[in-house]
Amino acid sequence: MTATTGAFGDGWLRAATWRNLFRDNPLIPLTILLVLLVIVVELARPGTVNTGWAAFTIRQAAVLAILAGCQTLTMLTGGIDLSVGYVASMAGFVTATFVHQPGGWVLGMTVALGVAALAGLINGIGVGVFRVHPLIMTLGMGLVVYGFSNVWQLQNVQTGSGVPEELRWLGTGLTADIIPNNLLVFIPIAVILILLLRRTGYGRMLYAIGDNPVAARLSGVRSWQVIVVLYTISAVLAAIAGLLQSGLSNTASVTLVTPYLLPSVAAAVIGGTSILGGRGGYSGTIVGALILTVLAGFLSIILPEPWRQIVFGSIVVLVAAAYTRVTAES
Amino acid sequence: MTSAAGTVDRPSLTDRSVGAMRTVARNNAWTLGLLGFLVVLLVFTKVVNSNYGLSSLQGTATSVLPLALAAVAQAVIVIAGGIDLSISSQMALISCVAATMMKTYPGEDVAVAIVLLALLLGLVLGAVNGALIVLTRVPDIVVTLSTYFIWAGFALLVRPAPGGSAAEWLKDLVVGSLGTDLLPKAAIVLIVIVAAIWIPLSRSRLGLSLYAIGSNRLAAFRSGVPVDRTKFLSYVIGGLIAAFAGLSLTASTGIGTPVPEPTYTLISIAAVVLGGVSLAGGIGGVFGPIVAVVVLQLIRDDMTFMRVNPNFGLVAQGFILIGVLVFGSLIEMRRSRS
Repeated sequence: MTATTGAFGDGWLRAATWRNLFRDNPLIPLTILLVLLVIVVELARPGTVNTGWAAFTIRQAAVLAILAGCQTLTMLTGGIDLSVGYVASMAGFVTATFVHQPGGWVLGMTVALGVAALAGLINGIGVGVFRVHPLIMTLGMGLVVYGFSNVWQLQNVQTGSGVPEELRWLGTGLTADIIPNNLLVFIPIAVILILLLRRTGYGRMLYAIGDNPVAARLSGVRSWQVIVVLYTISAVLAAIAGLLQSGLSNTASVTLVTPYLLPSVAAAVIGGTSILGGRGGYSGTIVGALILTVLAGFLSIILPEPWRQIVFGSIVVLVAAAYTRVTAES
Repeated sequence: MTSAAGTVDRPSLTDRSVGAMRTVARNNAWTLGLLGFLVVLLVFTKVVNSNYGLSSLQGTATSVLPLALAAVAQAVIVIAGGIDLSISSQMALISCVAATMMKTYPGEDVAVAIVLLALLLGLVLGAVNGALIVLTRVPDIVVTLSTYFIWAGFALLVRPAPGGSAAEWLKDLVVGSLGTDLLPKAAIVLIVIVAAIWIPLSRSRLGLSLYAIGSNRLAAFRSGVPVDRTKFLSYVIGGLIAAFAGLSLTASTGIGTPVPEPTYTLISIAAVVLGGVSLAGGIGGVFGPIVAVVVLQLIRDDMTFMRVNPNFGLVAQGFILIGVLVFGSLIEMRRSRS
């Protein structure tokens, strides 16, 4: 009894205890990292950190976090979705081309979401039914979507396009000058995704498939159905992110969101989701997206473009390495 | 048995060669199918474009060279169970370094030293990728995703804008043909580079180890394969081939362009898979990916010639990629069921 108490007493000093704490709650080190980063930003450029800066950061991070949500969900099953950049850009662009057409942007948005769902469905059938490697399946589908967006662009050169007022309000607008309106979309998505992963059978099946596909199948999980639904959800999420981004930047182009593809993977990885599947969660991803957005914004102030990319890449690999070390089974 | 049947038991020469051919065909069914597809595509190209002749092969070879080398680099890494997303920025960085140095230190002889230096740089970049993966145990895809940004940043440092120059002999190496139209120089360069690296590699202990760690890491470890060292070396070799790819970019364009074409990474992965290399590792070779790159390029050229909206070319490439993979996995499923 006394021995146990003694072990517990000095246990908090031991590295292993900290390691277990961090492994079980990746949110703690991530939040510390985020706070440290914000402090560094404020120290480097006093006066940067204010409500306007926060609103600006959150507005951008929300879009990245939704895209990173696609990666989180697919990575949990051991997959990845490389079509999100093209699907998201397509959604924003198609919606914008409908603005001056009969039916307006509402019809455009419906078409865009429908096309995205279709692309996701094909992804899911390829990965789930035909067992094509997710990397290459979603890559091929991304090329298809990108090609079709370009064709659509050429056909609509004359009609002209514009980002609808409502999307601009949603993407750019601030309520009471502080709260970004796109949280109206992001918060429900975040809550649903977190609950989906933590509380529902579907969420558990995602973890199960990623952890051990054979065991999951043998215990009666119909993997292909789970995966078809998963990639459809992922594509629809990507489309929503694309709509928000086109509202945020007030432009719509067929490559608008593609620069966010690699950061979306990085955000999920930094957030503690294993690219090998079976481990991770969405709350970590949200913090990961915030970290990357703060970092990218900060680097764009203090460094020229080349160094920005070098530092960005180095930090991603360092954080991932730290993570792997902490979470390694010892 | 040994006395009388000595000659009877031994299969006749033709039987044996038929058997051997059958084994070769079975082992390379995918590549042979792809080659058949290439022939059909070449015939199709000739039909839609009656001007496409032997001399057009040169153009195709020149435009295919960088991608083909990138696909070979990717194939070596994927066979060992890895993946390299940073390949296009590696190419950009090496191309920029070479083009910039050739501009600063002009001279045909100096260029030889610069080329050697660029190849050395390729080895270093590959070694950094490999060392990071082996030492940190971070998944390959995450490490190379990060180095994608890092190499691209360095490329921008070296050359803020496209420019530089290339030595005449380097440019001369990839354009035109050797004597007859049947031998485009670019194709010969490709064959020489790949043969010089791949043939000794695939026959060596290291080559066997690459397949071993790719197909089953644990089994390889237990059989005494130095897993980490092999993994590291796969990236070093990949980096060397990527350096050749970057140099071929400089040679064919005459300049260095700092912004990497992300499609090089994507298409190199697509070509590797189309070429019969399993993304899970351990299966495939480098010949299939090269054929796949030519197929993808020809499809795009045909589309351009047929005045099809070039974007449908992308759609077609995507669909062909998906279609071929679904087809391949159907065959695989049927085989494993029976």
